[in-house]
Amino acid sequence: MDFLTIIQVLDGTIRLAIPLLLACLAGLFSERAGIFDIGLEGKMLMAAFFSAAVAYSSGNAWIGLLAGIAASMALSAIHGIASITFRGNQLISGVAINFLAAGLTVLIAQDWFSQGGRTPQLSGAARFNAIELPGALTRIRDIRDAGPFMQLYSELISGHSILVYLGFLTVPLTWWILFRTRFGLRLRAVGESPEAVDTAGVSVVGLRFAAVAICGILCGIAGAYLATAIQAGFTKDMTANRGYIALAALIFAKWRPWYALYACLLFGLFFAIDNRFQNIEFFGIGLPVQFMQSLPYILTVVILAGFVGRAIPPRAGGEPYVKER
Amino acid sequence: MPDTQPPAIELRGISKAFGPVQANKDINLSVKRGAIHGIIGENGAGKSTLMSILYGFYKADKGEILISGQITHIPDSQAAIAAGIGMVFQHFKLVQNFTVLENVVLGAEDGALLGPSLSKARKELTALAAEYGLDVDPDALIQDIGVGMQQRVEILKALYRQADILILDEPTGVLTPAEADQLFRILGRLKEEGKTIVLITHKLREIMEITDTVSVMRRGEMTATVETATTSPEALAELMVGRKVLLRVEKKPAKVGALVLEVRDLKVTDDKGVQKLRGISFDIRAGEILGLAGVAGNGQSELLEVLGGYQKAKGTIRMNGEEIDLTGRHSDAQSRRARGIAHVPEDRHREGLILEFQAWENMAFGYHNDPKYQKNALMMDNDAIRADTAEKMARFDVRPPNPLLAAKSFSGGNQQKIVLAREIERNPDLLLIGQPTRGVDIGAIEFIHQQIMRLRDEGKAILLVSVELEEIMSLSDRIAVMFDGQIMGERLPEKTDEKELGLLMAGMAGEAA
Amino acid sequence: MDIMPKWAEVFLVPLISLILAAILSAVVILAIGENPIDAVSIMIKGSVLSVRGWGYTLYYATNFIFTGLCVAVAFHARLFNIGGEGQAALGGLGVALALLFIPWPHWSIALAAATVAAAAFGALWALIPAYLQAARGSHIVITTIMFNFMASGLLNYLLSNSLKPIGQSDPATAKFNAAFDLPTLNGVLTQMGYKAARDDSVNITFLVAIAACFAVWFLLWRTRLGYQIRAFGQSETAAKYAGIKPVRITMIAMMISGGLAGLMAINTVMGEQERLVLNAVEGAGFIGIAVALMGRSHPFGVFLAALLFGFLYQGGAELALWTNIPRELIVVIQALVILFTGALDNMVRMPLERLFLRLRKPEAPPPTAPPPPGPTRPDHTPEGTVKEA
Repeated sequence: MDFLTIIQVLDGTIRLAIPLLLACLAGLFSERAGIFDIGLEGKMLMAAFFSAAVAYSSGNAWIGLLAGIAASMALSAIHGIASITFRGNQLISGVAINFLAAGLTVLIAQDWFSQGGRTPQLSGAARFNAIELPGALTRIRDIRDAGPFMQLYSELISGHSILVYLGFLTVPLTWWILFRTRFGLRLRAVGESPEAVDTAGVSVVGLRFAAVAICGILCGIAGAYLATAIQAGFTKDMTANRGYIALAALIFAKWRPWYALYACLLFGLFFAIDNRFQNIEFFGIGLPVQFMQSLPYILTVVILAGFVGRAIPPRAGGEPYVKER
Repeated sequence: MPDTQPPAIELRGISKAFGPVQANKDINLSVKRGAIHGIIGENGAGKSTLMSILYGFYKADKGEILISGQITHIPDSQAAIAAGIGMVFQHFKLVQNFTVLENVVLGAEDGALLGPSLSKARKELTALAAEYGLDVDPDALIQDIGVGMQQRVEILKALYRQADILILDEPTGVLTPAEADQLFRILGRLKEEGKTIVLITHKLREIMEITDTVSVMRRGEMTATVETATTSPEALAELMVGRKVLLRVEKKPAKVGALVLEVRDLKVTDDKGVQKLRGISFDIRAGEILGLAGVAGNGQSELLEVLGGYQKAKGTIRMNGEEIDLTGRHSDAQSRRARGIAHVPEDRHREGLILEFQAWENMAFGYHNDPKYQKNALMMDNDAIRADTAEKMARFDVRPPNPLLAAKSFSGGNQQKIVLAREIERNPDLLLIGQPTRGVDIGAIEFIHQQIMRLRDEGKAILLVSVELEEIMSLSDRIAVMFDGQIMGERLPEKTDEKELGLLMAGMAGEAA
Repeated sequence: MDIMPKWAEVFLVPLISLILAAILSAVVILAIGENPIDAVSIMIKGSVLSVRGWGYTLYYATNFIFTGLCVAVAFHARLFNIGGEGQAALGGLGVALALLFIPWPHWSIALAAATVAAAAFGALWALIPAYLQAARGSHIVITTIMFNFMASGLLNYLLSNSLKPIGQSDPATAKFNAAFDLPTLNGVLTQMGYKAARDDSVNITFLVAIAACFAVWFLLWRTRLGYQIRAFGQSETAAKYAGIKPVRITMIAMMISGGLAGLMAINTVMGEQERLVLNAVEGAGFIGIAVALMGRSHPFGVFLAALLFGFLYQGGAELALWTNIPRELIVVIQALVILFTGALDNMVRMPLERLFLRLRKPEAPPPTAPPPPGPTRPDHTPEGTVKEA
């Protein structure tokens, strides 16, 4: 394996890690506020469809992005009403949202475009195209002949869409909000002890809705990235379980932003390796492609089993806030 | 004091219902500025509800609140804080993994950025600490400090928000007598500063000791408000219950028999590696009650769990001379019951009952393997359990005596009677009983105490764990005091007093027991 | 305390939730430019107005009874088993292995063997998530989802390699021995001289499913194990106090749950396809969630809800055939049912409770009445369940 191959795998890692990272941070805001959300998958899917559909008809990826965010936030609102206002079961609400998205996207896609539940191909300004940083090489032949630093710069650092760079910026931003602002203090408090927040004169419902809304925005960006940056359009079930993997990464990261980045890069690496090498020889034994595809799921179970350190979730997580009597 | 000054607090016609339960009925109350006012009443009388309404935690269905003569609308805690009200709840409202400083600042930040708020709060906290003797480490995590300290944080939270009126709900329940005295000194100093204090308690002694005026609540109604100096504990007790109360149990001399339970060098370490029991040893003989006194959280719960079979431990326990398995296959609650150990747990809602189950299902709880309750190898004999339950409910005067009613539909006292009937009627050699009268009305307390004494007089061994010193003093034949996972000493009830026990509860050992 | 009478809790709340879900579904159909009334009439015509329709409705209902029971049993132990999909897939593998290699003398014996194999494989697939939940605290919702994906990877591998007959291109096993064909409704009707439909659909597994309903009811409310499962589900701390072992009960409950999901395979794999193909489960595992929620986790409720979803599924297939409405409409309806009966349950319950409270207020004793714990109205004792009021 030469240096360029490694760089290309890492490049793929970044591309595949970004939607995971955005979804993971989305989950982080929600769960830090005490609202479990297994509906990340559904929100991303809904956002993917609406961003692609609107980007196609408007010809503008940014308008598509806004539409994706709006769609995702609509599902967030449902989750909030069910689990905050009506104190319903958060897991069940999340499951419902995932099915709702899986069904509605195909239903609407078929109604609007009649292409078997997908959107037409996006091109030009309807997509988020790669940004070439100054001085970066673009032709693969030039890159192959360049020195290692130039390869690193051109292949790995340059040539991503704006959403990738935004995605990375979200990590320090999340950290700063969480640990350096009043809102962050209250958000962390409401996930640990909503009664402390309530008796301190702050609205539990307001805080939780804010968290769920942020979760919707980030899922929206993640979905738009999938459909208008990585791919050129929406296809059925295109999120491919990334929402669940993001949840596992969140647990692995122990609900902390920087660790979330590392966890998502790790999962991204797995997907990138799987994408690049269909069959891997491991000590002379060929591993079947199905095994490679299952690897992220197996890894998730191993992480959840706590073999890589035990994670303590936010104390009030998953429980609706009912004033004790 | 001139009467022209409006009262600090005035409540007019406050009513509040939770579903079909009327918690407060048309309550009027007036508290003078700069006074310490006590509110006393039985469990469930509606004291906490009333004060939570004043603090905006609940909304009243009817009535109005006046603060310093002004009608004040208090829809949430934010409004209460703005009106200068602070409240220390019975269960503290603190974020466990936040520091003291963060807890104080939460909800009272100045501006969107955290840094300036924290440094301002740190300065003010130091000043408040010096002024009222409320020393705490601002950077300590709540989960690392004791309950006494946590209570200080709660008081500091209120003072930081410049509260003029401070409500404390059962503040001494978690304190040793010495800590309680210290709290009262702090309250005295706050009073001197002109603050108004409302103290909710069910302990007559505290009312007599510290309050200026006192109100009595019973079944959601305010039955009387009097000057403390003009009343007596007996009179207050009668107002609380609505009839004369027998405050002491009749106790015949104990007929002590053979050794039943031997505990030697028992040690328990929890998941976090904290030692909860640090090598405790004691004996209980047939026909005696060993009372275990101590502030909650000093290892009593863990001891009950070990004896009850659902907490692993190191050391030795012998029951009727036979050693009990503490870690292996037979260290479960079923094996303990088979050995003749019955257990009335401290928290009947979390452990003793399944609230959603009907009474008869609860009567089989823990004894579901009893051959009497089986129809064949596969099926339980539900009819037999129902019949058995009806019988036991009648004998223990459970009301209503309906085996088909869900446990959650019974009152606290009747729930406790169901648990007691289930455990005592098993005719155990050893009865473990934790907080037998917590959340139980006075009528049921008498009955429960009588049942415990009956069992003792029948020659059973009893381990009584209670945080109520009065209960320990009146029932026990011997008293052991726990502190920080150790037994600090053993005393005879007739040869000790609350003061000596209080010192032991605070970890100050007298002469070696 | 119970504010509402039991019938309202058991029937009225789910019924209103269902009506809300139906109204929204109609809105969705309108929004994609179709007529909901036409859609419903096509669905009814295609599912319950013909023998053929009934055959398929009951065939699908059979699947949903099994997966619904699967979720319901786990709910009773307060476990959310989303892994029915994977467990049913593994059940299919069990059925295939039991039928491919052993020449059973009679279909009934083959059915018994397939039943055991299906249940065992489904149970084993639920075992690891159960163990991880019980002993290591891993979130069972996420682990069971992961096990769904792994199951599909495993079956994909086996069906494209070891289990595929040489020379066959599509990933599936060989046909089972024709002697193992299960008796079907069509077969019985034809024998009785009734002109039945062309294709096989509902088979004897439907009766097995009804038996499973009874068995689950019996287990939960008549046996010691069921008592312990329910007690554990209500309160883990109390279960420990009573000597009910959490790890053991979690694992047993999940194995029963997984086994029930696995049983679905005898309907699809043995009864219908008569060989194991990819994606034999087709989302039935997930529909089990909606079925269990709607059926309030009671076997009889599960039975009724499964019939309803059987109707929706068959009706949806007809819709996809005769209109432009894709089959995904069923997924939307399923989502709405889960949302309204599961998560938004309080939206219906809270106003109803207020209504019932108002209806009973006049009967309540006057506030000044002496309040001894009344023998008939326990809810009115001032203490009630108020721990510290």
